[in-house]
Amino acid sequence: MTELMPAEGVFSLIWLLIALPLAGAIVLLFGGRRTNSWGPYLGVLTVSASAVLGVLMLLGLLDRPAEERTVEQTLFTWVFVGDFQADMAFQLDQLSMVFVLLITIVGALIHVYSLGYMAHDPDRRKFFGYLNLFVAAMLLLVLANNYLLVYVGWEGVGLASFLLIGFWQAKPSAAAAAKKAFIINRVGDVGLSLAIMLMFVTFGSVSFDDVFRSTSEASEGTLTAIGLLLLLAAAGKSAQFPLQAWLLDAMEGPTPVSALIHAATMVTAGVYLIVRSNAIYNAAVWAATAVVIVGLITIFMGAIIGSAKDDIKKSLAGSTMSQIGYMIFAAGLGPIGYVFAIFHLLTHGVFKAGLFLGAGSVMHGMNDNVNMRRYGALKGLMVITFITFMAGYLAIIGIPPFSGFWSKDEIIHAAFERNAFIGIATILAAGITGFYMTRMIAMTFFGKPRWEEGVHPHESPAVMTIPLIILALGSTFMGMALLFWGNIESWLEPVTGFASEPTPLPTMFYIGVTLVVVIIGAVIGWITYGVKPVPIDPPHGSWLTRAARKDLYGDAVNDVLVVQPSLATARYLSWFDDKGIDGFVNGIARWVGLLANTLRRTQSGLVRSYALSMVGGVFVVVLALLLVRMN
Amino acid sequence: MESSRFIVLPAPLIHEAPEHYACIGREGFHKRAKSFSYEQGAIDPVNVYTPILILGILAFGFAAFSIIIATLTGPKRYNRAKVDAYECGIEPTPQPMGGGRFPVKYYLTAMMFIIFDIELVFLYPWAVAFDQLELFGFLAMALFLFNLAVPFVYEWRRGGLEWD
Amino acid sequence: MNTGTFNPPEIDYLAIAPILIIFGTAVLSVLVEAFVGRTARRPVQLVLVIGSLLVALYFVISQAGTRTITANGALVIDGPALVLWGALLVLSLLGAMLMAERTLDPSGDVFAARAAALPGSEDERQFTQRGWVQTEVWPLFLFSVSGMLMFVAANDLLLMFVALEVMSLPLYLLAGMARRRRLLSQESALKYFLLGAFSSAFFLYGASLLYGFSGTVSLPGIAEAISAKPSQGPLLILGMALLVVGLLFKVGAVPFHQWTPDVYQGAPSAVTGFMAATVKIAAFGALLRVMYVAFGGIRWDWEPMLWVIAILTMFVGSIVALVQTDIKRMLAYSSIAQSGFIMLGVIAASAEGLSASLFYLIAYGFGTIGAFAVISMVRQSGGEATSLSAWAGLGRTSPVIGAVFAVFMLSLAGIPLTSGFVAKFGVFAAAIESGDTWLVIAAVVASIIAAFFYVRVIVLMYFSAPAKEPAVVAVPSAFTTIALAAGVTVTVVLGIIPQPLLELVANADVFLR
Repeated sequence: MTELMPAEGVFSLIWLLIALPLAGAIVLLFGGRRTNSWGPYLGVLTVSASAVLGVLMLLGLLDRPAEERTVEQTLFTWVFVGDFQADMAFQLDQLSMVFVLLITIVGALIHVYSLGYMAHDPDRRKFFGYLNLFVAAMLLLVLANNYLLVYVGWEGVGLASFLLIGFWQAKPSAAAAAKKAFIINRVGDVGLSLAIMLMFVTFGSVSFDDVFRSTSEASEGTLTAIGLLLLLAAAGKSAQFPLQAWLLDAMEGPTPVSALIHAATMVTAGVYLIVRSNAIYNAAVWAATAVVIVGLITIFMGAIIGSAKDDIKKSLAGSTMSQIGYMIFAAGLGPIGYVFAIFHLLTHGVFKAGLFLGAGSVMHGMNDNVNMRRYGALKGLMVITFITFMAGYLAIIGIPPFSGFWSKDEIIHAAFERNAFIGIATILAAGITGFYMTRMIAMTFFGKPRWEEGVHPHESPAVMTIPLIILALGSTFMGMALLFWGNIESWLEPVTGFASEPTPLPTMFYIGVTLVVVIIGAVIGWITYGVKPVPIDPPHGSWLTRAARKDLYGDAVNDVLVVQPSLATARYLSWFDDKGIDGFVNGIARWVGLLANTLRRTQSGLVRSYALSMVGGVFVVVLALLLVRMN
Repeated sequence: MESSRFIVLPAPLIHEAPEHYACIGREGFHKRAKSFSYEQGAIDPVNVYTPILILGILAFGFAAFSIIIATLTGPKRYNRAKVDAYECGIEPTPQPMGGGRFPVKYYLTAMMFIIFDIELVFLYPWAVAFDQLELFGFLAMALFLFNLAVPFVYEWRRGGLEWD
Repeated sequence: MNTGTFNPPEIDYLAIAPILIIFGTAVLSVLVEAFVGRTARRPVQLVLVIGSLLVALYFVISQAGTRTITANGALVIDGPALVLWGALLVLSLLGAMLMAERTLDPSGDVFAARAAALPGSEDERQFTQRGWVQTEVWPLFLFSVSGMLMFVAANDLLLMFVALEVMSLPLYLLAGMARRRRLLSQESALKYFLLGAFSSAFFLYGASLLYGFSGTVSLPGIAEAISAKPSQGPLLILGMALLVVGLLFKVGAVPFHQWTPDVYQGAPSAVTGFMAATVKIAAFGALLRVMYVAFGGIRWDWEPMLWVIAILTMFVGSIVALVQTDIKRMLAYSSIAQSGFIMLGVIAASAEGLSASLFYLIAYGFGTIGAFAVISMVRQSGGEATSLSAWAGLGRTSPVIGAVFAVFMLSLAGIPLTSGFVAKFGVFAAAIESGDTWLVIAAVVASIIAAFFYVRVIVLMYFSAPAKEPAVVAVPSAFTTIALAAGVTVTVVLGIIPQPLLELVANADVFLR
């Protein structure tokens, strides 16, 4: 465990990272119509300023030796009740640093993009206010030095996500999706709050430093419980099995939101939580195993859903689930995987943001139609969008030298270090990724036009394409940059630990097999959707396709297992509440009311009766004192 | 009568209440109820006040006896003159016009009187002890007179002294 | 007795500067009334009032840490006194802001044009028509504040009595000066005066009996006399009882509370807000000092009596508030109930109890003054809309004011994340530590009842259909806006970051004796 360094120099401004977007959110949300004209620019400015500050801090950290890169800044004691103490304090270390950069830089790009995408929305000031709020909350989440503060950020991003999914609340589907996301996230939040309570009971503190230092004092059972509760929290926020159902519906929000929150940053908070808590999982094998299983299930669920959806955003959402599954999976592998979970998180954050923004650009040109069956042959009309989308495509399916190749390959390799079976599973999933992403580009950019009447596809304005280009460059070079130049393993190693185990076969073998499987998947996708014509009406499809179109019956399962029993319980409780509790409470209320009406009569308004009651009071006081004295 | 007030108790035990009642036993004194211990030279208040008390009881008893015996034995015949406040039949106070209100100026004059009255009450002892009180006394009295002058000035400036 | 030589008292003028400044400005402000022309009076008075409060506040802050007894032991400047001074001055500043408000009432001012004019008379009509405003409220206000400052720092009963009167007499007058509903206002002032005089008599009688017992009026002197002859019976007990009655009247404890609803309802809202916040603070400050310093040695005697009073106060206040239909009366009962809760801190009779009470008083002061600021803004054609039914749906027609008022209600109800929660938690914890667990249980039950009527207002504002004659929120000038903003800010900030103030009051948890 490295020493906590006091926040000096540029690091004394850690609080400002959060305060800037927060101030932006406050000005925008409370400023009213006055800020309509310049508000969105202020939103862009605050996040960009945080990004610049983040880069300065990165330089500051690079300046220091590795063991002095954990900086702590305590603003004030925030909660102090009995033995319980939580500070408003931030911890900036290598792990937080990469998150800060991801959030602020991708956040700034998406803010810029939104200037164009939301240009005609009457509520765009509110939109930027919510986005700023989100950035502030997300930064709080990754900069907190204790779990309680993480929880605040956790709830904050949940709130911002809720507000943004339901941004077009006039649409009933958007309102319902927002509610669904919120409710499912609550389940995860309960996990986090229980974990925090358990930590306090066990360790007497909830700060990272105290908890991780004293893991050896707790029993393995307790640590397993904490680990499982944290996994529940992570599953809720990161849309992992069994709490995955909300993410697909969350695509009802504006596309920049899907890119920022539901692809690049917020949904990866679960991965952050698990990697941050590595000391707990290292000591709780069964909890770590559960993490691996949840990740593996979700990899496949997401990939299958992504293969069947005709809605371009939902297909990408399925892919997001699947990719986050990879990260969670890697985080569950222990020290051999933490680093690569974060590595993949970073590359994915960039290329998936690029893909979403590209999808948004396509939708922008197609009158907001999301149905890929009505796209086709757009490559000539939207050149920049097409090229940048291709960069993201090659990155996600893992073709060298694009960024996804490096990160996904490392995860697959780490899986083989642990167990050949799970390794093979991850390779298979990579093949499915190749299939559905190829299907997506084939349906969107190639083939024949299947446009609706009156649609005139066109390239988006520069304010939208420039962020696309930047993200495409990131998708292309970031993997190499981080691995070879940034040396991500040794950078993160002081926080997460890093280990490597020998594999039975040489590394090149796994890379080769993976590439072959991916290309097979891509070729099948190309033959099915690129060579054959795509029907406008979806074919009946196999049972798997039909199931995947229905999100693998996630909603149905929720309905039977959760919703119906809850409703029945609620009906029963409501009946009991009416008859039993209300009867009791109303009874009390009636008696209190009666008493009140009696007492109120003493308030006659006559001074003489008031004076009399004072004299009575004097007698009471004197008598009470004398009685005590006599005993 | 409770006489334990004459027991001299050690000072700090007050802070250890409620045991301080028990302290009496702990410190080796008698039980409270039985502890009689007159200090030499102390004046027994019972002796001083006993005659007054007896006189009070007698006076009260006489008054009560008179009233009770009168109501029990006397005839009761009322007429209008009898229930008037004064039996001569004249209303005690002439009511001013309009239902019993006095002009505000009336109160102002009364208050003005009180201001100067009080002032004089304090001026006498100060004058008598003027030498001993030195400069401090002089300044204090000057401040006092100034403070009394302020409301007077206020009343005068705002027309309180004009009787129209 | 007479030694023949006179030693002038040593007076630490710097330490008591806040009192002197406010008192001196009050005298000056009477002279302003006498010599400054009618139109210039108001601005001059406002500058004097706000300036003197700020200067006095500066002197309070600048001598944080001063602990001294001065003026021959009559005045004591210690931690609690300084904290209470600071709170009183800041809240008086907010109260002055409310009283200075002139844009809310279309006829100009919240005070009657001429207090002496008969309600409804031709004179009154003319005064109002000419647009006369009354500025005598400002000297009265300053005298009252100086009395309060003296009250919480008085270390002997005689000075305490003088301070009590200097504090109260101007308030009696201020209560009677409402511009609208003048008969109600005057009635309340008269009641307040009569009952206040009655209670002062008790206080004075108690003080004289205590003098008879101890031969001194100084609080530490009385404590010494008690420890010198602890089983001294009736004179001490009777004196203490009467003295405490006088103080309990000022804090509005049951059964000495009955003036509260009538006066709170009748007085102008600005005055009610000022009075509700500051008198409570001053009276509890004095009560705490008397109980801790003079009678600390016989706490086992008075605690059961205060138990009874506290429970009565909490329950009568909370329960009767349930059936009120006038919002000002409801808040009056709420203030009674709050007195009961603060009494827990008195009963605890410990350092924690003292600092928790101080925190509670500050939290309560800001919440209350803010609530009355809102009330002064919510209006109907005939003036303030004090009828609860007119508030229905207000949260939907005026979301900001509704939300602000909801914050105050939640704070008074003691909901977490507001100052009221931290305050309640503090006094409850202090009482439990002193072994008064059952009292705390009773207090929790009472606060549940109380929460009901606070939340009822919120429900009414947000979930009820607007009334037939809905109240409208008048747009205030900067004065009320500042007071309101300060109230809501302090309420929320103390709820979220109570630590700095908690530390401040923890440093002020002993009375100097």
